[in-house]
Amino acid sequence: MNDVTRQFRDFFTSLTLTVVLLVLGMVLVFAATLDQVNLGIWAVQEKYFRSFFVLARFGDIPVPVFPGGYFIGGLLLINLIASHVYRFKATLRQLGIQLAHAGLILLLIGELLTGILQDDFSMRLSQEEPRNYSESFRENELAIVDTTDPKHDEVVAIPESIAARGETIQHPKLPFRVITRLYYPNSLIRNREAGTPASPAAIKATKGIGMNVDLTPLPITYKQDERNLPGAFVELVGSEGIIGTWMISADPRMPPQRFDYGGRNYTIALRFTRAYKDYTLTLLKFSHDKYSGTEIPKNFSSRIRLQTPGGADDREVLIYMNNPLRYAGYTFYQASFEPGNDKVTILQVVRNPSWLIPYIACSLMTLGLLWQFTIHLLGFIAKRRRPIPAVA
Amino acid sequence: MKKAAPFLVLALVLAWVASTLRAPRNPAAYDIQGFGRLPVLVNGRLKPLDTVARSSLLQLQGRQTVTTPDGRRLQPIEWLLDVTFRPAKADTYQHFEIVNPDVLAIFDLRTSDGQGEKRFSLRQLEPKIAELQRQAKLADQVESAVRTPFQRGVLQIYGNLVHYQRLRHAFVSPGRPDFLGELLQFQDQVKAGVEAVRAKQAGQPHDEAAAKAMTDIGERFVVMAESTTFLVVPPDAGNPDLTAWKSAGAALLETFRVGTVNPAALAYAGFAHSWYGEKPEQFNKLVELFRADLSKRFEAKLRKCDLETRFNAAQPFYTSSVLYALAFFVALFSWLIWPSLLGRSAFWIITVAWVAATAGIACRMWLEGRPPVTNLYSSALFVGWGAVGLCLLLEAIYRNAIGSVAAGAIGFSTLVIAHHLSLSGDTMEMMRAVLDSNFWLATHVVVITAGYSATFLAGFLGIIYVLRGLFTRGLDRPTADALTRMTYGITCFATLFNFVGTILGGIWADQSWGRFWGWDPKENGALIIVLWNAIMLHARWGGIVRQRGFMALAIGGNIVTSWSWFGTNMLGVGLHSYGFTDAAFMALSSFVASQLVLIALANVPLRLWRSGPAGA
Repeated sequence: MNDVTRQFRDFFTSLTLTVVLLVLGMVLVFAATLDQVNLGIWAVQEKYFRSFFVLARFGDIPVPVFPGGYFIGGLLLINLIASHVYRFKATLRQLGIQLAHAGLILLLIGELLTGILQDDFSMRLSQEEPRNYSESFRENELAIVDTTDPKHDEVVAIPESIAARGETIQHPKLPFRVITRLYYPNSLIRNREAGTPASPAAIKATKGIGMNVDLTPLPITYKQDERNLPGAFVELVGSEGIIGTWMISADPRMPPQRFDYGGRNYTIALRFTRAYKDYTLTLLKFSHDKYSGTEIPKNFSSRIRLQTPGGADDREVLIYMNNPLRYAGYTFYQASFEPGNDKVTILQVVRNPSWLIPYIACSLMTLGLLWQFTIHLLGFIAKRRRPIPAVA
Repeated sequence: MKKAAPFLVLALVLAWVASTLRAPRNPAAYDIQGFGRLPVLVNGRLKPLDTVARSSLLQLQGRQTVTTPDGRRLQPIEWLLDVTFRPAKADTYQHFEIVNPDVLAIFDLRTSDGQGEKRFSLRQLEPKIAELQRQAKLADQVESAVRTPFQRGVLQIYGNLVHYQRLRHAFVSPGRPDFLGELLQFQDQVKAGVEAVRAKQAGQPHDEAAAKAMTDIGERFVVMAESTTFLVVPPDAGNPDLTAWKSAGAALLETFRVGTVNPAALAYAGFAHSWYGEKPEQFNKLVELFRADLSKRFEAKLRKCDLETRFNAAQPFYTSSVLYALAFFVALFSWLIWPSLLGRSAFWIITVAWVAATAGIACRMWLEGRPPVTNLYSSALFVGWGAVGLCLLLEAIYRNAIGSVAAGAIGFSTLVIAHHLSLSGDTMEMMRAVLDSNFWLATHVVVITAGYSATFLAGFLGIIYVLRGLFTRGLDRPTADALTRMTYGITCFATLFNFVGTILGGIWADQSWGRFWGWDPKENGALIIVLWNAIMLHARWGGIVRQRGFMALAIGGNIVTSWSWFGTNMLGVGLHSYGFTDAAFMALSSFVASQLVLIALANVPLRLWRSGPAGA
């Protein structure tokens, strides 16, 4: 083995590297916790943990200021595996350490997979209204729906990130092009009072609700309990020229806007990104109990009917605190409610295909630590049994 | 003699503890203890009036004793009786604590006007209530995290006055000396009166006086019902829902419908009558009858209330904090003189204090029907309990008083922290829906709290190492080695518990919310402790730190643990931020600063250590 390889090996298997990485990890977690006050929990995860470097913006230039979660986690993984391979001895004394570290390797991989694979959606159910989709907490989509066939809607959903670019979008299912003329990542819609002129924006809606509504940009919010409601002016261009310009907003108060083109009926809307399911949920009853004489919530629960179109499943389920519904790879749990409206429940819908990994990883680590520390303890007791000079 | 002395100490301490367990006596002819044991439903929990009185006093003035202007010391329940049944008198008691000078300025008061320079009576505050209301309205519009100390002070005293108002309206209409007589008269006239009111509304001839009497008393009932949140009247006889208690005002309003005054509401008017009119026999008879009536349906609850009242009077955590402090000094002196005698004595005192705390925690568990840790207050109790338990173990093995010193210091400080946390009201609050799971409270919360205990203990052993080494000659080689071994062992324990506790939290999250880890501040805090423990162990195994460095790292554990325990709750984001406490921020900052100083001291060059290079 030449010097360079040895140096490499010594670097990647050293305990100093482990300690340095652990310290960096700790600093990262701490900084991320503090930054949650400004950015909210989601943005923090992207910025600190699901990145190779934490970027700070100086003017418009992003500058890496600290190693991110993937960087530290990745190096830690290499460090762990390298030390494992290099120092591995099949002895009982080492078994604890081996187990604990194998568990840790698995845990790191599991967290990486979770970061990549986990979906997190919200589902708002109104009483007696079946629903077959959940909605994203943060993402939005520009949806153009062909409603000509009363039995079947043809949906073209353009992700917000693409729609926001302002490029001409030509979708094979649409007989027209879509051009976003103006886009605000967060905005406010307001009814225009009768008689007042339209806002002096360069772009105006020529069709639909936007002719009577003003759209004003708002700063992007990072608050935990608020979401950004983007708004846009979208121009549709057919083969004979411009069809019109619509104002759309993700604000739930703005319904999809209808229009006809080429003998077909369409609606256009900016909405929370939907994930369709091949089953429907219907809220039967939402209950919200409080402790007698107080406003302290005692229990929330939603009785829900779960149906698949084929009729394979048609049953009632009860979702309440600490008791979610697990169905078809998703977990539905009671997340929220609308104050003063007991006909609505808000569920959170999570898909995490790698959910089992942390369980295995943690069992391995717990066993490993127990084994290791028990050996320490037994050694200590054996040592105490031997006569030693009195301790002052 | 030397052998026997520690047992003598043990006997003395036991005798003192036993004396705190005696049943409290009635100071005069009134059976106020019996009255204090009567149950009421407040904040969703059925609790004795004694608890209401004590937690109200803690909330208003941070202590449970009241001294009247004529110099009498009142028991909490006596105070409550005066507040509710003799308001004119109680309004002169100085029981509103105001420490912020700017808040005091609102009332045109000086510290010298107050009892103990900080407590004031309603009489003193009354003239400027309108201005206080205006200030409270202004302060209320500010988001709680960014309020100034003045705004917080304004809202605090405002909230306390509201609480006082709720107490005054809990049983009777305040300022009506003969409320009982009014009720009895009302009962006789209610039928005719209601008819008169109906006739009046229909525009028919009616008895104007009778109608007016009805509306007058009805208005008073409405004020009572709207001014209180204390539910003092038990559910109606046929009602199967035993939590359906109601306020006295609401119960009295029902008279218009049913025609007779609710017997419990009438009984409280009777209490008022006999307390105000100084008729102890009548008062005691009423206690007896009312209790007998309640016991038909609430026998088990009454037993709990009895125990809770005894628990309140015995104050086991106060007892044990006194003993911890005593033991701390005894153990400290054992390093100077009579190591065996004082060391053993300290060990026994700690043991008694720990048993008292154990009994206290067990008692709370039985009363609540919950695992030991349900809120920040009980976590402080449990962190201390766990750490002292470990110390007793260490002391039993090493017999060098180090465990006792650590136990005394940690036990005492956690109980002081607990005391401060108790000032916000009743410490046995109902669990919010999201936390309502005895299984996870018993596993995740208990294990992680035990992890906190161990990390703090390791940190405290580090402090002993540094202080003894730097400032005394007591840190010889065997002591230094013993301390290191103790710290190392405790750190291993801490690693295991913090890790397993954190994982259990993840499993709870996955079971309940379908996600294992959410980077919530409290989760991150726990992760930081685990990382810190891992850093300590790896730095030691890798030879990066030696004895002194390891001890410095252990002290650092105090910082990360206090961050996770309290700091994360101050951020106000995430699922776990249920325990925000205002004034705690300064305390936390100074604690962290003190630990940083200690870490710096650990790094003072060895030649300056009085114990010399022993602690290399």
